[in-house]
Amino acid sequence: MTLLENKSAEIPAPREITTKPRISDQIFRGVVTLGGMASLVILGLIALFLSIKGFHILSEEKFSFITESRWEVITDENGNLAESNLGIGAMLVGTFLVSLIAILVGVPIAVLSALYLTFYARGFVKKFLISLIDLMAAFPSLLFGFWGFFVFMESAEYWAKLLNKYFSFLPFFDVPAPIFERSPFIAGLVLAIMIIPIVTSISREIFDQTPLDRVQAAYALGASRLTMIRAVVIPYGRGGVVGGAMLGLGRAMGETVAVYTVLNVVYQINWQTLFGAGGNVASLILLKFGEAGPYEVDALMAAGLILFILTLIVNAMADLLINRFGGKGR
Amino acid sequence: MTTQVIPKPGKPWEVSVKERSKTGSLIVLAAILAGALVKLPDLLDEAVVKFPDFLPWDVVKLPNIVEALTGIDGKLGFAISFFLIATGLTFFRVLRTSDIRAAKDTLLSSFALLGIVLTLIPIVSIVTTVFIKGYKGIHPGLFFNDMALNSVNDPIKEGGLLHALLGTTLMVFGALLISFPIGVLTALYLTEIRGKLARPIKFLVQAMSGVPSIVAGLFILSSLVYPVTKELSGIMGSFALTILMIPTIARTAEEMLRLIPNDLREAGVALGATQWRTISGVVLPAAKSGLVTAIILGVARIIGETAPLLLVTGGGDALNANPTSGPMGSLPYYIWKAFLTGGTEEAFARAWGGMLVLLVFIFILFGLARFLSGRKVG
Repeated sequence: MTLLENKSAEIPAPREITTKPRISDQIFRGVVTLGGMASLVILGLIALFLSIKGFHILSEEKFSFITESRWEVITDENGNLAESNLGIGAMLVGTFLVSLIAILVGVPIAVLSALYLTFYARGFVKKFLISLIDLMAAFPSLLFGFWGFFVFMESAEYWAKLLNKYFSFLPFFDVPAPIFERSPFIAGLVLAIMIIPIVTSISREIFDQTPLDRVQAAYALGASRLTMIRAVVIPYGRGGVVGGAMLGLGRAMGETVAVYTVLNVVYQINWQTLFGAGGNVASLILLKFGEAGPYEVDALMAAGLILFILTLIVNAMADLLINRFGGKGR
Repeated sequence: MTTQVIPKPGKPWEVSVKERSKTGSLIVLAAILAGALVKLPDLLDEAVVKFPDFLPWDVVKLPNIVEALTGIDGKLGFAISFFLIATGLTFFRVLRTSDIRAAKDTLLSSFALLGIVLTLIPIVSIVTTVFIKGYKGIHPGLFFNDMALNSVNDPIKEGGLLHALLGTTLMVFGALLISFPIGVLTALYLTEIRGKLARPIKFLVQAMSGVPSIVAGLFILSSLVYPVTKELSGIMGSFALTILMIPTIARTAEEMLRLIPNDLREAGVALGATQWRTISGVVLPAAKSGLVTAIILGVARIIGETAPLLLVTGGGDALNANPTSGPMGSLPYYIWKAFLTGGTEEAFARAWGGMLVLLVFIFILFGLARFLSGRKVG
């Protein structure tokens, strides 16, 4: 009796059960969360600083900065600004034109090769091809640009001439003068080659995730490979593939060096894809930066801000499509 | 006791040799037909068709008719007609031996094969071009000299790219010093803490990887160069590259950390370790080779980046080991300058030589990454 009583008196209060992490963990979690915020901070800073430099241009030029297509800065003898007409309309049109060609040409090829890699290639060949395509995705744009200029241009020019010969009744295959070199068509093809590896690997990953039971159910019902892909893989992976294409679009829109080397950057709105004149916003920045005065630099910052926002929107849509609808079908 | 001979198991699903040889001969046939189609106008050089009297034409050269009908010649014509003929031949062969559904199925495989071939042609062309044109620009002195006293049009033996190698190394190293911790912390947040913000942060990392490289350059100009240092220098290049490198490192590191089995984390916690001790003592060491892969892929991503360096580094031709002041050369700038300011044979050889060095670097980095990620985790 007494023994028990004594003991009960000695039992310490039970340790408080808590989910509160220790100090070391709290510090650790704080540091990691802070590091995790870095992408938010950096993206915010990019928007902030480009706006600080470029906002007064946007407010002075208003909407004409997007719609107009002139780039004239007139300074008086003291170097002060006298008059300016700045607008990136032509370059925006060029950006969309070139990346549209890249998407139209690149995505079908990429999806077909992803189908090949997922459903036809086997064993060593499959592994080898996948690493080759991943390697190609890591090639710098400089390499694509100069390869496009020195090697690819010749063939592409010939194709452009053929297209023009047989399809010149279509307005976008017509040319005002027979200059086929350095056209948006060729730049678009080079960009298509650049985005094929990216779109291929994303599509391949999506196709790989197709549930095996559905694939085998389709085969068990007597589907051939074609009907299986049409009935199971395409509905399942459609969203993801579209997302991958958007990602490629974002890449193509922001491309600087490859477009600058291949395309003849001319400041005019040009819808005729085979004619050797065009441009995009990024190549405009590179072209004008070297000789730009302070006011022009601010205008280039504004152009950069618009490019940044555009690519951000495209990437956001791509991300949404891949994560919401990628790998979800009927 | 008689020994029973067990027959070797067959593999009925494998394509038989006979089938293979049939397919092979079909392809050869298609190539011959396509070649004939393309060469037909040449073969029929002087052949002439005489039309009956009631037709409006009198005498027409046969080659002209064939060319008007097919409208093809050259390599492109051969490629297109080869593909169409081969596809058609396989289609009808399968149609004869099997049914229409199987025949349609072969169409898809033909087009898938076409897709992968079209994907591979540029990569083969790019690599062979760089090697064929680049080896002329390679000589031992390249790695010991800079371009301070030479112009790009000087003979190949003079000058070199030591300054560019040093500049690229310093800038990439600087970018790595900043972006590796940030990238790994982001990956840890996404895999270990998995807080409420994990989803938005994942999205932001994705969005950041889509930031155009020239915008990264403009950002550094507007935030650091104009307001603070007022001087173009190597470290500004590092900062610009950091922005491009963080998403690659964060995403690769995240994938690698997800590969670490949860058992290891649970074992750590079960032994009474705090989360910090578990991650620093168990998870990160287990993911070591994965993290090295992340570094390598990050470096491969930025080593050839050109646009931001053109804006912020000033692009020097002389050896400059001080990243904080003075223009600094880099491999992409070296290539860029040789292509754009040169114009002579020597300048092009120099540029392609620089490209070859860059490509070899990318090959090595990529091979290392493959080797490391191919090994077992842990």
